[in-house]
Amino acid sequence: MPDLTDLTVHAAAGLLAKREVSSRELTQAALDRIAAVDDRVKAFVTVTGERALAQADAADKRLAAGERGPLLGVPVALKDVLSTAGVPTTCSSRMLEHFVPPYDATVVRRLAEAGAVSVGKTNMDEFAMGSSTENSAFFTTRNPWDLERVPGGSSGGSAAAVAAREATYALGSDTGGSIRQPAALCGVVGMKPTYGRVSRYGLVAFASSLDQIGPFTRDVRDCATVLNAISGHDPGDATSAPVDTPDFAAGIDAGARGLRVGVPREYMPPTLDAGVRRCIEDALRAFEAQGATVDLDLTLPSTEAALAVYYIIAPSEASANLARYDGVKYGFSWQRGESMWENMEETRGRGFGAEVKRRIMIGTYALSSGYYDAYYLKAQKVRTVIRREFDAAFERCDVIVSPVTPTPAFKIGEKADDPYAMYLNDVFTLPVNIAGLPGISVPAGFVDGLPVGLQIIGKPFDEATVLRAARAFEQTADWHMRAPALTA
Amino acid sequence: MRAAASRVLPMTTTPIAAKYETVIGLEVHVQLLTERKMFCGCNAAYADAVPNTHVCPVCMALPGVLPVINRKAVEYTVMAALALNCEIPQFSKFDRKNYPYPDLLKGYQISQYDLPLSQGGWLEIEVEGHEPRRVGIERCHLEEDTARLTHRTDAAGESHSLIDMNRSGVPLMEIVSAPDMRSPEEAREYLVKLRQILRYIGVSKANMEEGNFRCDANISLRPAGASEYGAKVEVKNMNSFRAVYHALQHEVVRQTAELDAGHRIPQETRGWVEADGRTVSQRSKEQAHDYRYFPEPDLPPVTLAPADVDAIRARLPELPDAKMRRFEGEYGLTRYEANLLCESRARADYYEAAVAPAGAGADDASRRYAKQVANWMLGDFARLLNAAGSDIADARVAPADLHALIALIEDGTISGKIAKSVFEAMFDSGKPPATVIDELGLSQISAADEISGIVDAVIARNEKPVADYRAGKQEALKFLVGQAMRETRGRANPATLTEILKAKLDAKA
Ligand SMILES: [Zn+2]
Repeated sequence: MPDLTDLTVHAAAGLLAKREVSSRELTQAALDRIAAVDDRVKAFVTVTGERALAQADAADKRLAAGERGPLLGVPVALKDVLSTAGVPTTCSSRMLEHFVPPYDATVVRRLAEAGAVSVGKTNMDEFAMGSSTENSAFFTTRNPWDLERVPGGSSGGSAAAVAAREATYALGSDTGGSIRQPAALCGVVGMKPTYGRVSRYGLVAFASSLDQIGPFTRDVRDCATVLNAISGHDPGDATSAPVDTPDFAAGIDAGARGLRVGVPREYMPPTLDAGVRRCIEDALRAFEAQGATVDLDLTLPSTEAALAVYYIIAPSEASANLARYDGVKYGFSWQRGESMWENMEETRGRGFGAEVKRRIMIGTYALSSGYYDAYYLKAQKVRTVIRREFDAAFERCDVIVSPVTPTPAFKIGEKADDPYAMYLNDVFTLPVNIAGLPGISVPAGFVDGLPVGLQIIGKPFDEATVLRAARAFEQTADWHMRAPALTA
Repeated sequence: MRAAASRVLPMTTTPIAAKYETVIGLEVHVQLLTERKMFCGCNAAYADAVPNTHVCPVCMALPGVLPVINRKAVEYTVMAALALNCEIPQFSKFDRKNYPYPDLLKGYQISQYDLPLSQGGWLEIEVEGHEPRRVGIERCHLEEDTARLTHRTDAAGESHSLIDMNRSGVPLMEIVSAPDMRSPEEAREYLVKLRQILRYIGVSKANMEEGNFRCDANISLRPAGASEYGAKVEVKNMNSFRAVYHALQHEVVRQTAELDAGHRIPQETRGWVEADGRTVSQRSKEQAHDYRYFPEPDLPPVTLAPADVDAIRARLPELPDAKMRRFEGEYGLTRYEANLLCESRARADYYEAAVAPAGAGADDASRRYAKQVANWMLGDFARLLNAAGSDIADARVAPADLHALIALIEDGTISGKIAKSVFEAMFDSGKPPATVIDELGLSQISAADEISGIVDAVIARNEKPVADYRAGKQEALKFLVGQAMRETRGRANPATLTEILKAKLDAKA
């Protein structure tokens, strides 16, 4: 019997299908693993052991009845930004510390229908604002490869949970790199689908025009499998695209022959960490060895502007999205004030952490009368320019390849007092959100024992090609099969 | 857009405004009569519902929810906009209007800012004694209603604010007029006309007292002949057309006095205090909200192809003005009659159904009662409805029965006088006239032999008047007719009776 916590989704599904292992055994193994390592990793905000075992038993019944499914009975961890009926959904914020939603997010419902077993809710930067989980109001998640380092963020808990073998796969959300960056820093596969591919209904909003839900998995095939389950038009999300969902797993083994790989000059700056650069260059050679062509002369001139665009649009939308947390209806509520207004102000002052407040203030300012044109409107115009530059780049290539982050995982506390240094961590990932494109991070090597991620970006709704390229690359090495020493 | 208000005539209906010209613009919010709320599937009809029962995660603004546009509400808004002669652009979008208040559950209202569903229309109004004028409609857009707050003090004297979320997310249409009205009378007329149109097209109950039709007014004064506007005062808290009228009258007087005293009028928001009959300052311009509008990222833009708009236009019913003109021409009614009959669609529909009931055909013969139907509806029928405090839509008399009643008068079965009693009975019971006449034994005696016998008896009993008539005294005939009518208890056809009586008297002469 293999180590049940080390299985991929398809390996687990295979064993379940053959009835060689039960969902209860898989689930119990995950819960045992959480009990064994999570006091060090701190990936979970809430572990739903009893619920998980009940779901596992239900899955076993379905399996016994002859039903088969790629996710049926397989344990998953959910970022605590996804609404789960009857299970606290905190967004790692004091504001929602005790909030229990009455409804399931569409992706949660889809996973439940597929028979997934949810073992718990994972830690994150508060309201998904951050790149390290240090902005969690509760605790910082540790990088399983080095417990002194951050796992990345904002979906750091989900990435760490998969890397530390606490769940077979996980869901996260990505607004500016919040899936790809922690996936890279934790050495797992993480994908942000095209904006509109996956319903956002029930994803607690940070920046509505940028947010997208996606999977964390151990390999690319699992990623395609999970994407199959969560994709598709949702009448409850007006921004979810009315497009068909192809079988993403179907063509992933087609190889990289003939694939046109483009590398934007702006994504390989001189400041790039030497170790990271080496990993990316190795990856490009691997693509060429597989019969792909590599174009190193691609250019996305407005890359530098993307950070500014992002830090206007995302906080602007957030300033409105977070206005509902006023202590009146649900969540944290300060009630010791003299007046209603005082209570509302104190609720927000005490309920939100520093980074959330910083972004609400930036957004409120950017939208203010007299500044709107200079900031928000200008940012939207540059956003269009960035989109067009990607369009032009995709005339010359099928996928764009780049590093995910400029450096491997940094130390906890290293950038905590320098928001701008922290924001720079996302320079290669957030243009992808601005343009609404699909992007994946796949393990591409190690620097001083720390994982490095390779980003592969595709055309809108062309996840299939991204996954095929990622799968082709993944098979040239065994980076994705390595587990942190924690598990040794 | 402004060309709409082309015929601006000086209005001096409020004498005090002679020195200054009054400028009024109105912002009207109406709840739409859609089955569901604006952005979720909840039932929008909450009038009699227990608080917080017409709610779901979306209209409660729970974390993570998303809005979905109610297409019916878009359609209703476009209908209203077309009825107000607005342009419908192909491309429209929703925006977030940000302001904190406990009744605004998301902390922002989904509304429309720079690309509303419609703009640039007009509405024709007519103040009695003045020429009709067009008031410009700047825009007609769609947004969502807020929750309802009520403030209570409990037995211990502690005050509480309670939230009812049933109203949260009910579709709300905002209609903004141009500053084209020149008197409180015109403002009132505008509201009456607007309400009439909205009810005609069936998109709203448009009842101010029920809160599904709300009005804020902007009013300023400027020296007569000036081209620039004075400082705008926004007046709120008016709960009836009467209140709007009185509040505006009050503002004209107040602002005139301020200007006469050499004071500047500050731009501000004032609230109407019904009990005191005056407005009080609520908020100065400096305290005005910065709503920080920005495009709603959760909703794609609304695109309406010309064919979509044409399809909606085709579903528009005949509007009051057009109907009125048609009634004048087609039924030979006076403007006054046509106006009254077209006041509501129910009344106009009733009228037409009574003039030409189904199956009667649309030929001239079936329309020969046009005048009589109008007389009945504006006379006895209106009086009875008024006394009963009910509406024609609830009347028990079927239009075809009113038609039948008039036919019975025409063919001499009953007299006009009897018909009034018959109608009253019909009004109470809802029975057709023939049944009522039968039950009350009121049918007119038109058979000549029956009348003949009665006439003979009258002649026999009244020797003197008979002699007088034969001697050439015409008044004697009148007396004899009266006697005979009394014998029949009014059931004889007076013309037939007179004819028979005359024939008998003349024959024996
Ligand atoms: Zn609802």
